[in-house]
Order: sequence, then C-alpha cells, then structure tokens
Amino acid sequence: MSAGFTRLTAPAAVLAGANIDTDVIMPKQFLKGIDRAGLARGLFHDLRFGADETPDPVFVLNRPDKAGCRILLTGPNFGCGSSREHAVWGMLQYGIRAVIGTTFGAIFADNARNNGLLLVSLEPEALAALMAASDGGELTIDLEAQEIAAGGMTVPFAIEPSLRRAIMLGLDRIGETLLLADRIKAFEADYFASAPWLLDDAQR
Amino acid sequence: MPPPTTLYDKIIDRHRVCRLNDLSGPGERLLLYVDRTVLNEYTSPQAFNALRDAGRPVWRPRAAIGVVDHVNSTAPDRIGPVADVHAQQQIDYFARNARDFGFEMFDVFHALQGIEHVVLPDLGWVLPGMVFAAGDSHTTTYGAFGSVGFGIGTSDIEHLLATQCLPYTRLKTMRVTVQGAMPLGTSAKDMVMAVIRQIGAAGAHGHALEFAGDAVRALGIEGRMTLCNMAVECGARVALIAPDAVVLAAIAGRSRAPGTAMLMQGWETWRELASDPDARFDREVVLDAAAIAPMVTWGTSPDQALPITGAVPDPAVLPAPMQADATRALAYMGLVPGTPLSAIPIDRAFIGSCTNGRLSDLRDAARVLDGRKVAPGVRAMIAPGSSTVRREAEAEGLDRIFTAAGFEWRQSGCSMCLAMNDDVLAPGERCASSTNRNFEGRQGSGGRTHLMSPAMVAAAAVAGHLADVRELVP
Repeated sequence: MSAGFTRLTAPAAVLAGANIDTDVIMPKQFLKGIDRAGLARGLFHDLRFGADETPDPVFVLNRPDKAGCRILLTGPNFGCGSSREHAVWGMLQYGIRAVIGTTFGAIFADNARNNGLLLVSLEPEALAALMAASDGGELTIDLEAQEIAAGGMTVPFAIEPSLRRAIMLGLDRIGETLLLADRIKAFEADYFASAPWLLDDAQR
Repeated sequence: MPPPTTLYDKIIDRHRVCRLNDLSGPGERLLLYVDRTVLNEYTSPQAFNALRDAGRPVWRPRAAIGVVDHVNSTAPDRIGPVADVHAQQQIDYFARNARDFGFEMFDVFHALQGIEHVVLPDLGWVLPGMVFAAGDSHTTTYGAFGSVGFGIGTSDIEHLLATQCLPYTRLKTMRVTVQGAMPLGTSAKDMVMAVIRQIGAAGAHGHALEFAGDAVRALGIEGRMTLCNMAVECGARVALIAPDAVVLAAIAGRSRAPGTAMLMQGWETWRELASDPDARFDREVVLDAAAIAPMVTWGTSPDQALPITGAVPDPAVLPAPMQADATRALAYMGLVPGTPLSAIPIDRAFIGSCTNGRLSDLRDAARVLDGRKVAPGVRAMIAPGSSTVRREAEAEGLDRIFTAAGFEWRQSGCSMCLAMNDDVLAPGERCASSTNRNFEGRQGSGGRTHLMSPAMVAAAAVAGHLADVRELVP
C-alpha cells in the first residue's frame, strides 16, 4: 500500500486505445518472482523497449518531456484481462500514481484500490477534452475537491467515499476486516449449520 | 413476500456477513464470505510473504487447494525441476507455503495436477450456491455449477486467506439469453465468442452475467464451463447459469463431492437457485442460436471476431471509435483487409487451456482429426486441461488419434494459453488456438493468436490455414 495523497500535480501521458490489457501492462517474463521487486522495468515492457532492450523513442513514456510522469490518461477498459497484480505494482514502482480513463478492468480496479493507485472514471467527452488540454503538460488531481485541472480547464469527478478515504489515508484493509472476526465466526456457525454438506470440506 | 430476486443477488445475500455502507442494490458494500479458493504458484507468493510479515495465519486452510499450473513444463516426459530457475523457485515456495500454512497442494507430479479451473470440477469441489474467489481471472468458470466465482489480485488473496472474507461491492446484473438450437459444427466456444463480439470486450463491465435460454440449457457441464470461463473477456466479473440436473450429475460420485445423502440434501436447496420469474436485470441481451457460426478472431482483442466465412475487415468501414484499434491490431497481426479468414495460413495449432482443455473438447478435436494428418509445416500441440483429463482421454484412445494425426500429446498445464512456461510462439508465428485471449504478446512476444473452438483448431491444423470445420465434419 502506497502512502496516501490528497493532491497530486505531475506530468501526464496519454495512452490512447481501448482494451489495454494487463498482459501489455506487465508481460509474462516479469511474473516469475516470489516478491514484488523489479517490476518498474516490466511496465509496458514490449512497448517501451525494442527487441535489443533499448528504449523506443516513439513510445510516449520515453519522451523527454514525460520524465517524471505520474499520471496516465487512457482509453476504455484499461487493465482488462489477467488478474496479475504485478501490473499495478509495476505502475507504482515506475512512479504512476493515478490513471484517468472511462472504464477499467474490474480485477485491475480492485488491485489498484488495494495498493493506493487512484483510478478516475470520466465520461468519454470529459476525458477527450482533458487529453487535449493536458498533452505535453502537467495535470493536477485534487481528491479533496474531486477535481482534475489541466491547461486552464477543470473537470469534476465522482469517487466512491470509502475508496477516496483509502487513497487519501492508505488503510490496512485486512486489519479492518479482522476487527469483524466475531461477526465472521458467528456467520460461519449459522452458515455451516444450514448447509451441512459443506462441512465435509470444513472438517476434511 | 420478498421482491423478485436474481440468482446472483440470492447467492450474494446468503454470503453477506455484514453491510459496509448504507446502499442496497448495485454499489452496496458488504463483507462477503467466501466458501473456497484455489491457489496457484504465480499469483500467491506475495500474499504468503505478507501473511508471514504480519504474523497472520490462514483463517480456514481447508477452504483452499493449491495447484501448480502456470509455469510448469508440459513436456510428455517431464521429470525433475523446470529449466527456468525462477519458475522452479515459485513452485518450491508454493510447496513451502502449503506445508507452513496447512493447505493441500497438487505439485507438478501429482496425479491430480492440472489447470486449476479444470482440477476443481474434476474433484467435485465446486457446488451450487457457493462463492469462490481466486487469483485468476477465469474463476468465472464455476458459474457453470451455479456458483459465484470471480478473479482477485494478490492483495485480495492475502485478505481472503487471513479472514475468509472480502470487502465486496455488489454488481449490477445482466442476462444474456441464447434462444433456439445451436447449428451443427458449433459449440459453446462459438456461442461465447458471438456474445463477446456482439456486446464488446467491456460489454458486461460492472455486471454479473447470467446466461439463460434453451441453447444454454442444452449445453453439457463442460460447455457451460467454457461459456462462463470466457465471459470475463466481455468484462463480466461473475458469470452464472442456474443449476439443474446436469450440474448434479457432474458432481455426484466425484472424489471430493459430498456423499449421496448430503448431496441430496444440498439438491433440495439448490433447486431454488434460479432467478425469480419477475426478477429485473439491469441489462438484457438476446441472441439467436441458429445465427451462430464457427467463430475466429482476427485482431488482438477477443471482441475482434467474425464467423469463419467472413473476411479481414477494413478498419475504414468499422464504427469510428473502433478504427484506430483495428488498424493497430491488423498491423500487429500482419493481416490485409479483404483477405478471406479461411485463407490465413498458420504455423502452430494449440488445443488446451481452462477454456477448452476438457474431455469433451478433446473428443471434438479427435472427431475432426481421426484419419487425417496435420498439414506440413504446422506444429500442433495438445495440453490436456488436467492429468485426470489426460488419463480419461487415453482410456478412450484419443491420444492415439492425436499422435497419429501428428499432434504432440503433452502433459497438463496452462501452457501456451499464456506462455509462462517454455511453450511459446516465436515472433511472427501465427497460431490457431483454443484459448481465451488474443492479446498482443499473449502467446509469446510478437506471436499472433487466432482464437477458436477445439474442433476449429483441429480443422486449421489439418488444412494449414484457418478453415471451416463444417467442411470436414458434416
């Protein structure tokens, strides 16, 4: 879980195109670890680097003005496909703190939430305007005001309250659930009493 | 009287430990009890690291089974460690976690090893009305049994292992009804590919998708698994089919299924696991089964698909928002607009995966391959979905049909579906594949994937190019 933030001002990069999947975000050759290290190199690897492992100067994140990029503006269904959380870890290790798009792959969105990577969903028109206004420049995301500012324009955004709080504070989600351990145990007692065919497993 | 309720909402209601916000319906936050999970060697290690660091035990170790499937070799004579030291380290660490945290695990050499979503149904461990969450997006497969299954990332694997629960947001509901009878030569794979093509790769985003209609009812349990498995490729987080006698028969007698008395007691409640007649879905889609033809993908997203009788589309005639992606996809795939799909030559053919690696899939392929030969220059492989499926296929003699045709008869694993092991396409190689994703680089950097049914892969392998299986098997 990254440290939380309330306001983020940073260079933004546009990665247009629909359905950018987690295989593209973090290719398979970076999935062989038993820890979370070394994933910054893997981020968009096959797009960022040529076959000889040198940076492709055409890819947006390799442009000099995108050094220090912390925010991506993307097309619909970003992060679809495989559940690999390595995609989110790699983005954070590279320095990306927020992704602005329309819709996101559902598992990717949960992974982002669990790691403090902010995903903002906008209407397609608002996103297109923001892409036009911010390309080449900085962009500010204000979680308090729920606004994004770039190139003289301001776009409001909606965010689910518990998610906003988690991004701002960085919370121990498992610790919060374990506070409910007695409720879970009571649930289990009732549940297995009413569905004893599951006990075969519970007592296996 | 309670309001009419969808199957999805009934199962979620039954697993709600407590509410976490004041909403009801979609957007409700709740603590969801998860019945069971399956773990694999590549998405779980960091979850166990974190549990160790925090000193947290696993809440209910018997609710988890571990299977090595993603990184292992599928070589016919696999023995000893895998060549990739990092992959072997994942396997070794997985075994250590099974020992230390007390869950059962099937390693590479176990008689029950296989792809996780094939192994669990093999065992009879997936029962109607359950909630499964697991570190693999294709956990939607279990919807075939009337069970809510969904993929989660590693942080949520850790959360689930520590608490048996997940903080959960209730989804919207969507029903896809496929009416009529599927034409000869088509299968559940063609049905789901037609659905994905119609609604798009994000068409079910934010929804739990229930499949209904007589064409769905007519599917066997394995076809239903194919359908629910691949629903994730149109953005569905959950896929469901109301359980019926087909499901009961698929569970009864399996090694980890409840005994007969318990099974019948369960059956009494499972019969209520259906959407109420007046239940309202947030979205409804209806398809005509008779209009479905054998499907193939031409692009790099599963919704970039057409009937085999079609031609590579011209991006200029597609709807405006799809043009740029289609142009990029055709460049990656090395295809020219207007080329008949059945004229696209292939280098490789692959049958397997959690989508289409089950016994009925192998029978479909064998029917096409019986007495035929793989075309010169095509390398063709079959990796059965599980070691159990492999033994069952051998007992029927299917392996002899495959090897006589020139297919490699391999061991089980995810293999070339995502190419995390050594089964990989070379750059530029083109593969007819019974798998689930045609993403850029999915089967190997620069590799080109065409998704289709196992029978269609067999037809392509014989022809040396994409081909209409209906011309080979009447």
